[in-house]
Amino acid sequence: MNRLSGLALAALTLGLATGAAADERMLRLKDAPDAATVRAHCSSCHSIDYILMNSPFMKRAGWEAEVRKMIKVMGAPIPDDEAARIVDYLARQYGSE
Amino acid sequence: MVTRRSMLEGAFGGLALAGGGLLARVARGGLPAGTIESSTLETLPGKRPLLKRSFRPPNYETPVAYFDDAITPNDRFFVRWHHMNIPVVDPASWRLQLGGEAAPNVFAVSLDQLKREFEAIEIVAVCQCSGNRRGLSDPHVPGVEWGYGAMGNARWKGARLRDLLVRAGMTKDAVEIAFNGADRPPLDQTPSFIKSIPVWKALDENTIIAYEMNGSPLPHWNGAPARIVVPGWTATYWVKQVTNIRALTQPLSSFWMNAAYRIPKGKFPLVDRFTSQESDTTTPITEIVVNSLITNLSDGQRVESASPISVKGLAWDGGYGIRRVEVSTDDGRTWETADLGTDLGRFSFRPWSFAVRQRAKGPMTVMARATNALGAGQTLDLIFNGPGYHNNVIQKLAIELI
Repeated sequence: MNRLSGLALAALTLGLATGAAADERMLRLKDAPDAATVRAHCSSCHSIDYILMNSPFMKRAGWEAEVRKMIKVMGAPIPDDEAARIVDYLARQYGSE
Repeated sequence: MVTRRSMLEGAFGGLALAGGGLLARVARGGLPAGTIESSTLETLPGKRPLLKRSFRPPNYETPVAYFDDAITPNDRFFVRWHHMNIPVVDPASWRLQLGGEAAPNVFAVSLDQLKREFEAIEIVAVCQCSGNRRGLSDPHVPGVEWGYGAMGNARWKGARLRDLLVRAGMTKDAVEIAFNGADRPPLDQTPSFIKSIPVWKALDENTIIAYEMNGSPLPHWNGAPARIVVPGWTATYWVKQVTNIRALTQPLSSFWMNAAYRIPKGKFPLVDRFTSQESDTTTPITEIVVNSLITNLSDGQRVESASPISVKGLAWDGGYGIRRVEVSTDDGRTWETADLGTDLGRFSFRPWSFAVRQRAKGPMTVMARATNALGAGQTLDLIFNGPGYHNNVIQKLAIELI
């Protein structure tokens, strides 16, 4: 971890405070092949409204760049074959190819 | 019948009020369809209903109808986080650490010490997300698709950052001051949200570590127990739940500085530069551009022509001060000066109002534009940039007098 210091963190009371986890479950992805793969990978770090709100204007190249950024920059552990299927799903269901 | 919900959403960008579809839409670049569809009014603990952009990380914006005062109350203030792990910080055990290669006298302070041992400063300042209005970009660009409400104006109270840097014995070779907060990235390999500002900005008398907001402790959602406040600059530098401040001898190198929050060089009329982070083509976003917002009317609204009609709003900039606001009710052919309201300081929202003379029934296009003390103003056409920053396009609202 590239943190400046972890010392002060010891003093913190930990706990998620989003209070929104229940509401997040109402979000739905379009029913199509690989929807479950998309949900599993993407929602481990963020709610899927990130996908919904960035639609439908994104082109395939845009979704490809986003998925690549999540893997290369944010460190999302997504195998290549699944990444390709995620891009395909996003481009077809939430893109303007 | 205008419901509360349609009023809140209608007062905000690309949504027309029920029945408003009959009117010709003059504004281009409304929000993406998927944004409108997925955004709902949600109530976080301690907040009024805000427009949810994303649940996790929590990103919620203030509906335009809430901006009826120069000060944005804490329970209406927008919420923006980069990471999903946001701890509830216990103010009693919270510590702020000062250190870094250019700060030999390492020390830590408790909240009580921060309040007791350093002079308390109060300043009214606009906190505006760099990406405010990104959702109105034409063409659309990826990111959190904000409308007009990723901003707020508060009276911040805290200690001057420079006073803490002096105690830390900051040396002459300091280049940047870096801030880290208690929020944590979802994965170990995800870049932590650490931001830096140039030393000269850190030493500015207005840059503070705030522990009060509008006379109350900071709300959890806005960075309790303390956050950095950099008046005039966009909110990316206003690190929340700050736990660690470091004086660096080298420019901070990270995704959040080198790749994110950057604008093309030379495209915007800005004064403040962040030279240690500039590349050949891009530079970190710095000061807020001159802007204004009409707060009492929304696109597509029907207004009774029998009673007096006023246009009200807010104007702000990067801290030079608003000199003038002008309003047009004839599609921009003629402009008249609006009345400026209370001056809460050069970093604050400046309220303004304008009495409309026109009474003829029918369509009316209302526009407003602000000019600051340097003579800088707003733009008619979007200065397009990939991240969707600095959108200060003059609003055009189609109103129908009935």
